[in-house]
Amino acid sequence: MSVFLVASAIKIIVVFTVIMVGVALLTLAERRICAWMQDRLGPNRVGPQGLLQPAADGLKNLVKEETLPAQADRVLFMLAPTMSFVPALLTFAVIPFATPLPTRWGDVDMVVADLPVGFLYILAFGSLGVYGIVLAGWSSNNKYSLLGGLRATAQMISYEIAMGLSTVAVLLIAGNVTLTDVIAKQSQSLFTWNVFPLSLAYFIFLVAAFAETNRLPFDLPEAEGELIAGYHTEYSAMKFSMFYIAEYSNMVTASALMTTLFFGGWDIPFTTWDNTPPWTILKTLATLTMFSAKVVLFLFLYIWVRWTLPRFRYDQLMALGWKVMLPLALTYVTVIATAIWFLHDGLGWTYDTRFALALFALNLVLAVPLFFVLDRGRIVAGSVVEA
Amino acid sequence: MDGTRILFGGFAVLAIASAGLCITRRNPVASALWLVATLFSLAALFVLLDAQFIAVLQVLVYAGAIMVLFLFVIMLLNLGRAGPTDLKGPLGLGVGVLLAGLLLVQLLVLRQAGPAAGGPARATTEQGMIPTVARPLFTAYLVPFEITSLLLLAAIVGAVVLAKRKL
Repeated sequence: MSVFLVASAIKIIVVFTVIMVGVALLTLAERRICAWMQDRLGPNRVGPQGLLQPAADGLKNLVKEETLPAQADRVLFMLAPTMSFVPALLTFAVIPFATPLPTRWGDVDMVVADLPVGFLYILAFGSLGVYGIVLAGWSSNNKYSLLGGLRATAQMISYEIAMGLSTVAVLLIAGNVTLTDVIAKQSQSLFTWNVFPLSLAYFIFLVAAFAETNRLPFDLPEAEGELIAGYHTEYSAMKFSMFYIAEYSNMVTASALMTTLFFGGWDIPFTTWDNTPPWTILKTLATLTMFSAKVVLFLFLYIWVRWTLPRFRYDQLMALGWKVMLPLALTYVTVIATAIWFLHDGLGWTYDTRFALALFALNLVLAVPLFFVLDRGRIVAGSVVEA
Repeated sequence: MDGTRILFGGFAVLAIASAGLCITRRNPVASALWLVATLFSLAALFVLLDAQFIAVLQVLVYAGAIMVLFLFVIMLLNLGRAGPTDLKGPLGLGVGVLLAGLLLVQLLVLRQAGPAAGGPARATTEQGMIPTVARPLFTAYLVPFEITSLLLLAAIVGAVVLAKRKL
């Protein structure tokens, strides 16, 4: 029991520190990659290659003046930044990031809390992140902030449904809601990574994750062209940067989720060496590296998309959420459940590479008409006409 | 007194206190937030009773979806600032006290008939899990379950009809 307590405390501290440092470096990465994509240099003056820039920014934000709007609701105004970033960090607690680490006191699971309801916990806490944004918008007593907060609420509720439904397919394959099981089912081979048998679910999840983290092309709550800065217009100094920390921690958590649910978590492809006991320190380090590499890849995707795509209009965002993503996710769950039932009960297959490849083929067949319709003859059909 | 009992007591007090604050605040946003706190404390109580699934549903459905919608409506209608008190005079107060007394009696009777005198009833670790909730729902209670979904569907259709006069 005491080993469990000590191990948990150490894991909490380490994970928290790693995420905070990661978030700091991520803000730098965003600016450097943005600069690179726009053919300029970006911040490179503080420290080697600008590596100390986040520290300089943090220091600046700590010593800047805190402002409080005259008519603001004091308590909620203070509370809102915290409420937006705590759920993002809490969510990370259930994500397994490596194989168990053997120690003198037995194997220590490389997950802060291996909950029996792991996946549902993620959905539950993911849905709480919106409170911070809404309350920030409301308590500022500023109409632009309020509009940002209202947009955030509507947007997050809309896309949460599509996100939840897209992951039903993952649970159908895993047969359980603990994330350890989800990873175990995926780690058989490269093609049992859920991104192959459930490609369309991954597509829905990806879009919904962008909307949930309020990132471009879905950053309507802070659309600076129309709302100044949206919900955090009235914030300054450290409270302002708390919202940034929240946004980037949300990105880290969403990337870790995509990795866990669709890309095999810490699984190393092309080998089963990492999936079976005896656990060694080398295995823990190797899988941890693999997990981090995948997460970094998704973070890069986030930044890449942000500096590539323009912003949606608000009605387009809502139409996409309710008229496209929701029916799509519902239909997909029905189709994939039927397919799994047919393969599992009809043909008697157990879940392995063959099973996954059969589902992958089904996904490919479904994807062609889907993307043709979503594209509305702009890119795919256009290129066909030209050729 | 082990740790679980202490935690249970703490969360129980928290739930009651925030429920009290929820009905006494005059600012609708503050009321809504105290209700969220109540729901959270209840979820914590469910976890302590080994009913993790119910706890997660409590947070997911009530705190995460329904209360967010509440807040959305409060803000959309701009009810956010403290309004006049809505206490209804001596008659309302009398009825309220009467109802509260009735609930208290009910609580005392339930305490008499309750399952365990020593402490709160807890689910086994098995019972807290999803299959034990899902299986009866889709076998023994299938018909009530489907009727409930029909009811919800009717509510959705009704809401759409009310909101959109011109279809």
